[in-house]
Amino acid sequence: MKAQLTKGNEAIVKAAVLAGARAYYGYPITPASEIAEAAALYFPQAGGVFLQAESEVGAVNMLYGAASAGVRCMSASSGPGISLMQEGLSYLAGAELPCVVADIMRGGPGLGNINPEQGDYNQLVKGGGHGNYKTLVLAPSSAQEMADLTAWAFDLADEFRNPVAVLADGYVGQMMEPVRFADPIPVAPPPDWAVTGTAESRKNLITSLFLLADEAERHVRHLESKYKEAERKYTRAECWRTDDAEIVLVGYGIVGRILKAAVELGRSRGMALGLLRPITLYPFPTVQVREVGKRVKAVVVVELSTGQLVDDVRLALNGSVPIELYSRVGGNVPSAEEVLGFIQRTFMQSREEALIHG
Amino acid sequence: MASYTVTHEKAECLYEIYERKPELKHQTHYCPGCGHGIALKLLARAIDEAGIRDRTIMVSPVGCSVFLYYYFDVGNVQVSHGRAPAVGTGLSRSLPESIVISYQGDGDLAAIGTAEILHAANRGESMMVVFVNNGIYGMTGGQMAPTTPLGKKSTTTPFGRNEWTDGPPVRMSEILNALDAPVFIERVGLGDNKQIMQAGKAFRRALDIQVKRQGFSFLEVLSPCPTIWKLDPVDAQRFIREDMAKTFPIGNLRDRTKDALSRPAPKPAPPIAELPRILELTDDTPEEPVATPSKPLDLRLRIAGFGGQGVLMLGEVLAEAGLEAGYNVSWLPSYGPEMRSGTSNCHVRICSDPVDSPLVSNPSVLIAMNEPSLRKFLPSVEPGGMVIYNGETEPPEDCRRPDVRFITAHFTALADSLGSSKATNIVMLGALLEAEDLIEEKYVASALRGKVKSQRWLNIDFAAIERGREIACPV
Repeated sequence: MKAQLTKGNEAIVKAAVLAGARAYYGYPITPASEIAEAAALYFPQAGGVFLQAESEVGAVNMLYGAASAGVRCMSASSGPGISLMQEGLSYLAGAELPCVVADIMRGGPGLGNINPEQGDYNQLVKGGGHGNYKTLVLAPSSAQEMADLTAWAFDLADEFRNPVAVLADGYVGQMMEPVRFADPIPVAPPPDWAVTGTAESRKNLITSLFLLADEAERHVRHLESKYKEAERKYTRAECWRTDDAEIVLVGYGIVGRILKAAVELGRSRGMALGLLRPITLYPFPTVQVREVGKRVKAVVVVELSTGQLVDDVRLALNGSVPIELYSRVGGNVPSAEEVLGFIQRTFMQSREEALIHG
Repeated sequence: MASYTVTHEKAECLYEIYERKPELKHQTHYCPGCGHGIALKLLARAIDEAGIRDRTIMVSPVGCSVFLYYYFDVGNVQVSHGRAPAVGTGLSRSLPESIVISYQGDGDLAAIGTAEILHAANRGESMMVVFVNNGIYGMTGGQMAPTTPLGKKSTTTPFGRNEWTDGPPVRMSEILNALDAPVFIERVGLGDNKQIMQAGKAFRRALDIQVKRQGFSFLEVLSPCPTIWKLDPVDAQRFIREDMAKTFPIGNLRDRTKDALSRPAPKPAPPIAELPRILELTDDTPEEPVATPSKPLDLRLRIAGFGGQGVLMLGEVLAEAGLEAGYNVSWLPSYGPEMRSGTSNCHVRICSDPVDSPLVSNPSVLIAMNEPSLRKFLPSVEPGGMVIYNGETEPPEDCRRPDVRFITAHFTALADSLGSSKATNIVMLGALLEAEDLIEEKYVASALRGKVKSQRWLNIDFAAIERGREIACPV
């Protein structure tokens, strides 16, 4: 199929249908509503289910039902709605049910505003709901990645029997770029653990309840081992001009795009900059960050939140490299110039200080 | 009593031994005298009689209903507190051949899960809901339920349920009876054998609706909880008959089984090969090889104006034309309430190299469709850049820059003269195409054809491009 100018939010839906998703349950919210609207248009035509739920609490539990039936299913929302879904995400992870949820982040806390922000990092990457579980989190930075990572999210969800989040911001959701979609894949038969209302599946039980301490610990350790496996197998990051970089910029989503422009602009002014853009936020690309960290003098984390991503970068580098944070929130998105200005202020000044005091 | 027969046969859809139970695998987790055992037996017998064991999926949430999967040899899904009707929706929508039964207590259904039950009922989901109302939280040890009768003491109403502070008990059957979609709503009691026999009939009827795929059926069961009520089983049954039934009258509230239609079978799914067409990823035009751009380009555009002036549409046409001409493109809108009033703007990039940032902070071209937009974005235009400004007069004194090329015209008036002020954006597009050698017009025309479906509007738009070109044409 040829490349088509597609809105990020719509790319998610088309890619989902092509990847075999046949159930969508959601509740409208800006800036994610186009996902529900496109799903309402395409899912029923593709032989699937679309339902506008009474709330995100309802929606995520409808996913629990569809996933129990072995159907590839999804929902989408933005921060406030994702908060409401957290109860269900914990249950889905506990019951080992696969599903995909897109979070097109807006400003917070509370009602915040509808501008792009990245304040949902912690609530998805660190779990968000109760108990020892993780949500796998993918972070697209283009309309093409909205499609590609959504398709991958369904594969990961099935492989790990766990919810997978596609975490984007309002800009990546709203912008249009050319997208080349993959060929459609047929709907797979339901997995052997699913409850499908048949004689063969009658013995099956979907539950997150484990009464006995030993049984519960075995279950949580099993979940833990899945997450460890995901950490071994699937960390992904884009490294751009990091080979000879002295300072590496780290950012995801729309910020990753801006930082790429900042790297080019900085290089044109003689600054040896590189970019590391995490594509998987959980599992976090610790290996890639450490590898790049060995070669550079400093790392600058840029995020549209007050220091959420930077925590994972700090954990990865464990004090081996100086880390600076440049953060904008509320819907303010820095330009490449602005980021360069921060780097200049931060590092050029400290160099002068080093000359004076060193 | 001759009409009653006491049977001790186990229903086929109940397990012989409760292997999923951690201990005491021959008995249930219910207290002596509890109504759940009776309700479950009635349900099991109805499932057996309907011959639907293999098709049944039991949804059990939180409370004393939590362990249904210990007992029922059917498909089992255990869910969170109050959400069973939502989970049941997800199951039954994807599995139209299955029989979905949710079995919920009063805290679950009438307190934390009110939204889910109300909307599942209102959508007429294909599911049977058993609502076991014992007027108390049993599993958690005797806290007030939304259905606890007035005056009744519980661990969280130590002085008795107070109408003014706790509100009166909630009557769920009556509430659901205010909705159009449910097919069957009945309240039964387990207060004596007669009531139990009546309840058995209601179970069969509510389940039959599922077998016939007629829609939503709701069965409220007034059930004794001797342990928490601190009554012996006989007095607990009397409490059902004499006290509970006063607040919650026993009887059928609705039975539309005669008129209710069976739901039509879902349409068969289209073949996989049809999906690209369904998703509008293919069109009828023959696929042409991707054009090779005629020259290098790095266009950074900002288009701004009032909502409704076609700001976003103009950006889309440019991005689409750029894509067809073989360039890399991006289009990024301001979004949200601006769509409905106020100002609107978008960022467009059309370039030979891959687009790094889709944000345009220093545009090479600004299309300002009104004065506020000019004021806002003029300072950001890069030196040597261009501004196309829609103004009745020259820009105000404080909105000028000598290092920027200006094309000013009253584009709205020009569009008006062509038949519609809505074409203002396209007249400005014409001016842009003339002023800068950007993209071949055939790609712009093709992009417009893709966006504008009416021939009348296309004609206006093509005339608008010509008019715009005349304006920008150096004399």
